[in-house]
Amino acid sequence: METGAPALVELKGVNKHFGDLHVLRDIDLTVRKGEVLVVIGPSGSGKSTLCRAINRLETIDAGEIRVDGKPLPAEGKELARLRAEVGMVFQSFNLFAHKTVLDNVTLGPRKVRGTAKAAAEQEALDLLDRVGVKNQARKMPAQLSGGQQQRVAIARALAMHPKVMLFDEPTSALDPEMVNEVLDAMVALAREGMTMIVVTHEMGFARKAADRVVFMADGQIVEEADPDTFFTAPRSDRAKDFLSKILVH
Amino acid sequence: MDDDYLSGFTALLVQYDVLGAFWTNIQLTFFGALLALVVGTVLAVMRISPLPSLAWAGGAYVNIVRNTPLTVIMTFLVLGAWTQLGLSLSTNFTWNFFWFGVVGLGFYHASFVCEAIRAGVNTVPVGQAEAARAIGLPFLSAARLVILPQAFRGAIAPLGNTLIALLKNSTVAAAASVTWETSSVMKTMIEFQPNYIWEIFLTFAIGYVILVIPIGLLTTWMSNRLAVKR
Ligand SMILES: Nc1ncnc2c1ncn2[C@@H]1O[C@H](COP(=O)(O)OP(=O)(O)OP(=O)(O)O)[C@@H](O)[C@H]1O
Ligand SMILES: [Mg+2]
Repeated sequence: METGAPALVELKGVNKHFGDLHVLRDIDLTVRKGEVLVVIGPSGSGKSTLCRAINRLETIDAGEIRVDGKPLPAEGKELARLRAEVGMVFQSFNLFAHKTVLDNVTLGPRKVRGTAKAAAEQEALDLLDRVGVKNQARKMPAQLSGGQQQRVAIARALAMHPKVMLFDEPTSALDPEMVNEVLDAMVALAREGMTMIVVTHEMGFARKAADRVVFMADGQIVEEADPDTFFTAPRSDRAKDFLSKILVH
Repeated sequence: MDDDYLSGFTALLVQYDVLGAFWTNIQLTFFGALLALVVGTVLAVMRISPLPSLAWAGGAYVNIVRNTPLTVIMTFLVLGAWTQLGLSLSTNFTWNFFWFGVVGLGFYHASFVCEAIRAGVNTVPVGQAEAARAIGLPFLSAARLVILPQAFRGAIAPLGNTLIALLKNSTVAAAASVTWETSSVMKTMIEFQPNYIWEIFLTFAIGYVILVIPIGLLTTWMSNRLAVKR
């Protein structure tokens, strides 16, 4: 990533409550084009909510979120268009259970972008090939392993040509032996210059691919640094405490 | 004489066109079910829509219609909509009553179809809808392409029960002056041939059992076969 790259995702003074619970507190965050940002923090610190707010799966109470300079639209067609430009990969994969792998990947391009069937399928097969599951294209999601499903989910998001990809703990629902196949696909994506916001506790990924690590606690950004600095010399007590816990196991 | 008795009874079945009566109820059920499915699906989409006013309207419809006796709806259609308001569904007198029967059955059972589909929607994990929104599908497309196809598969059993209820309730079309359907024909037969009362009753009862049992078997089979594997 060049340091002069333009801001792609900007959050200013973002606040969010769930009832009495203040889950996002005055979040200011800028992610530049081509940057890979890792978000880390204890359970309940608001990482998922932050991700979901960026493509408006959650609304916010105050503040502003911009993607590629444009503020998030409130509802309707405009919002759908924005969501198509922000790819999202979920912890639980969420592949469409009634559709084949191939149809999962082509659904968005065909129904949102209006791409012709043949072209959509050709590109889908290329994407599935890139993440190493092309030979599974005709199967149903339930027939695939978790790692394979998650790679399909990545291909499905990429098929929309998103400007930025959000990953919410993409490997934490996986059996340990499948974690790396998903992380490898993500590292490859990062190397290709995709802008990524990744909630993960996988330090290996952060060190290999991240430009910056943001540490969240209690709905706030407590610390941000490059991965080496963050993992070797965290400044805040919260981060030190948290790292000592995840480093143990 | 046993033989005379039996042939006298079979002659009755022909004289009163019992098969034709059942055919009428099957037709009422078929068209009523189609209408109920369409209206019920629209209501279900309204109820799960992000627009509070639509969701409210859908809920209001279901709760009012579901809690109104079908006889009241049928009587209203014929006496209110037709006689008083001059609404007509066919230029043919008898078909007009038939279509009022279909409309009554369809709109009444639409509320049950709506609830069956909503129960089906509850079997679809929220992640499915979120993934659909995340790739940029607007609400209606997400409902049509992702949520409803899965919801229907989860709703086959309750939809089957609604279809069975609709078939049995098709006799209430009598209240919309469809006088050639089964319960009306049975009533006439018993009035004029009270010596055959048990045979007449059993004929109609068994006729319905024969119609209902396959629906139950079919929906159970479909529900297992089409279940979404997760
Ligand atoms: N829909 C909701 N309604 C009410 N509270 C919620 C909702 N979603 C999340 N919360 C609460 O908001 C807080 C932040 O949740 P969030 O999921 O963003 O945390 P997280 O950092 O992603 O945690 P984890 O590491 O466990 O995934 C938590 O206390 C959670 O219980
Ligand atoms: Mg989370």
